[in-house]
Amino acid sequence: MTEQVLDAGDHAPAAKTGRRITLRPRRARSKLASSFKTPLWHRVAERTIAVLALTAIAAIALIFIFIAREAVPMFWEAEFAEEVEIRDLFLAKEWRGYDEPVFIWQPVGEPAKFNVIPLFVGSLKVTLLAMLMSVPLGIGCAMFIALYAPRAVREVVKPAIELLAGIPSVVLGFFALMVLASWAQATFGFHFRLNAVVAAIGLALTIVPVIFTIAEDAIQSVPQTLTEAALALGARKYQVALRVVLPAALPGIAAGVVLGFGRAIGETMIVLMASGNAAIMELFDFSTSVRTVTATIAAELGEVAQGDPHWRVLFLLGVMLFAVTFVLNIVGDLAIRLLQKKLTAS
Amino acid sequence: MTKAYQNRSVFLILVAALAVSSCTSGKSRGGGEGSEAATRTSSTLTIKGSDTMVILAQTWAQAFMDANPGKVLQVSGGGSGTGVAALINGTADLANASRPVKDKERKQLTKRRGVEAQEFRVALDSLAVYVPAANKIEALTIPQLKKIFRGQTTNWKDVGGEDRPIVLYSRENNSGTYAYFKEHVLDNEDFAATAQTLPGTAAVINAVSKDAGGIGYGGIAYSEGVRTVMVAPADGDPVEPTMENATSGKYPLSRFLNIYSAGEPSGIAKEYLDFVLSAEGQKVVEGVGYYPLPKEATAAAE
Repeated sequence: MTEQVLDAGDHAPAAKTGRRITLRPRRARSKLASSFKTPLWHRVAERTIAVLALTAIAAIALIFIFIAREAVPMFWEAEFAEEVEIRDLFLAKEWRGYDEPVFIWQPVGEPAKFNVIPLFVGSLKVTLLAMLMSVPLGIGCAMFIALYAPRAVREVVKPAIELLAGIPSVVLGFFALMVLASWAQATFGFHFRLNAVVAAIGLALTIVPVIFTIAEDAIQSVPQTLTEAALALGARKYQVALRVVLPAALPGIAAGVVLGFGRAIGETMIVLMASGNAAIMELFDFSTSVRTVTATIAAELGEVAQGDPHWRVLFLLGVMLFAVTFVLNIVGDLAIRLLQKKLTAS
Repeated sequence: MTKAYQNRSVFLILVAALAVSSCTSGKSRGGGEGSEAATRTSSTLTIKGSDTMVILAQTWAQAFMDANPGKVLQVSGGGSGTGVAALINGTADLANASRPVKDKERKQLTKRRGVEAQEFRVALDSLAVYVPAANKIEALTIPQLKKIFRGQTTNWKDVGGEDRPIVLYSRENNSGTYAYFKEHVLDNEDFAATAQTLPGTAAVINAVSKDAGGIGYGGIAYSEGVRTVMVAPADGDPVEPTMENATSGKYPLSRFLNIYSAGEPSGIAKEYLDFVLSAEGQKVVEGVGYYPLPKEATAAAE
């Protein structure tokens, strides 16, 4: 390994040489470390922490397995096949009594219609709308508090926003249901009193503190030297904020956004109470009522007998929601890494 | 970098917590039954089911407990489907249902518990159709109601009202009222996708009272703050949902409220049912706002 690097270093450009140099002290340190004997309790503590970390992963894996175990029999069970065709879960079908192929969620009836697409459309609609509201608000708040607000203001506003995170979602849901919905209908003239917009506002109230807290942390931890250097070069305050601090804090802010997204798509109580829960297949009109995946599971799981096709489909929804969150989380993480690489490289 | 990792781990923990909680709540319905049933003493009775009947059942339970100290009744709602599912899964002793049990549920109960479902008619209800107090519409026929809730009629002016879009309020699909309405008004066809589903009759009433174009349905005992509409059968005159019309069967949407037990009820369950069907129990029905059983039905039940 060392030889290869040395070899390459001989006729490689400066960048490679740089890498070789950084390798050396690391090797030296590890050699030094191995000549000491680590105290026993250090090793015990290290192992314990490792086990704890692995427990989290094991828990997630187990949860996934147990949820999937309830859903998967749908692929071979005769009872399920009698009532539902797997492809009807995802594709539009022209049911008896309808003029055209439709995506429809009507789990009670003859025949029961379990199309999951309107539910996912509902979930994504509410989540996206909530993100559109809370991302600018959360980041804006964070920048104001971290960079502009006088001490007195900061000490009132910051805990107040963080307190918002502590409000139980059922309370926010109730607020959205009773107060926000009437206000929104009077103001915007919605046909549906309970709709995606109302639910999204309720959701945004829970996500803003998440994004705010993390973004504010990220902005605070941008090295003072960067701001000072920019100021010394004659940059105005807003230029420092927008062109120095914001880019430097971007990976942290992005992490906050990813976390907020996860919170939004998984939130149940607010959407259950404030979205009207009508499974309407409508992509672009945000003033219609929506039924989200989480609300569907919460509302219907209590009703079904175990092992029933309806039960299996609800668990399938759980698995799919899990998968969606997982994938989005990984994508978010990759994006954060890319950002970081770009920032540290330049 | 560390920040991002921290955040990610926080997120993972959140996801885990969410999943754990949903998992345990799912499990408690399944796995916990055995122990629950074992610790349940002979003087405790768990009753679950219809939201339409929950206030009625609570009043009955209170009166029963007052008369029989030392016996404990636990009453909860959730919907007729929830109650019957709990009866099948063994987490409830009696199920309140505002609709008859389905054949499929009977089969599941026999398969799971090894006994037949026993039906007891305990009260009479007129399923009322609500509109906001300001809506002047007098009566609707069953075919009109069907068109409205199928989503084919979308404006009040098409049924003789003012020019205003109709907003549909329905119940969650675990509701017996939902099932009854679907069967008797929609001929088992689907509700319009635009029908908003709310978790209880009280929620429907609240929503309808706040929405000038709203229409909803539910048990007669809840109709406060909204107006009930007269309902006409397909080939008849509009009928008001009163006690006489319900008892005589003239009101097209009158129905029995039922209690189901797994097998022949015994012990405290039998005592409770006897109380419910007694003159005293039927007086409670009237107090809550539903209608007592007609004489012949009581006789049949006995």
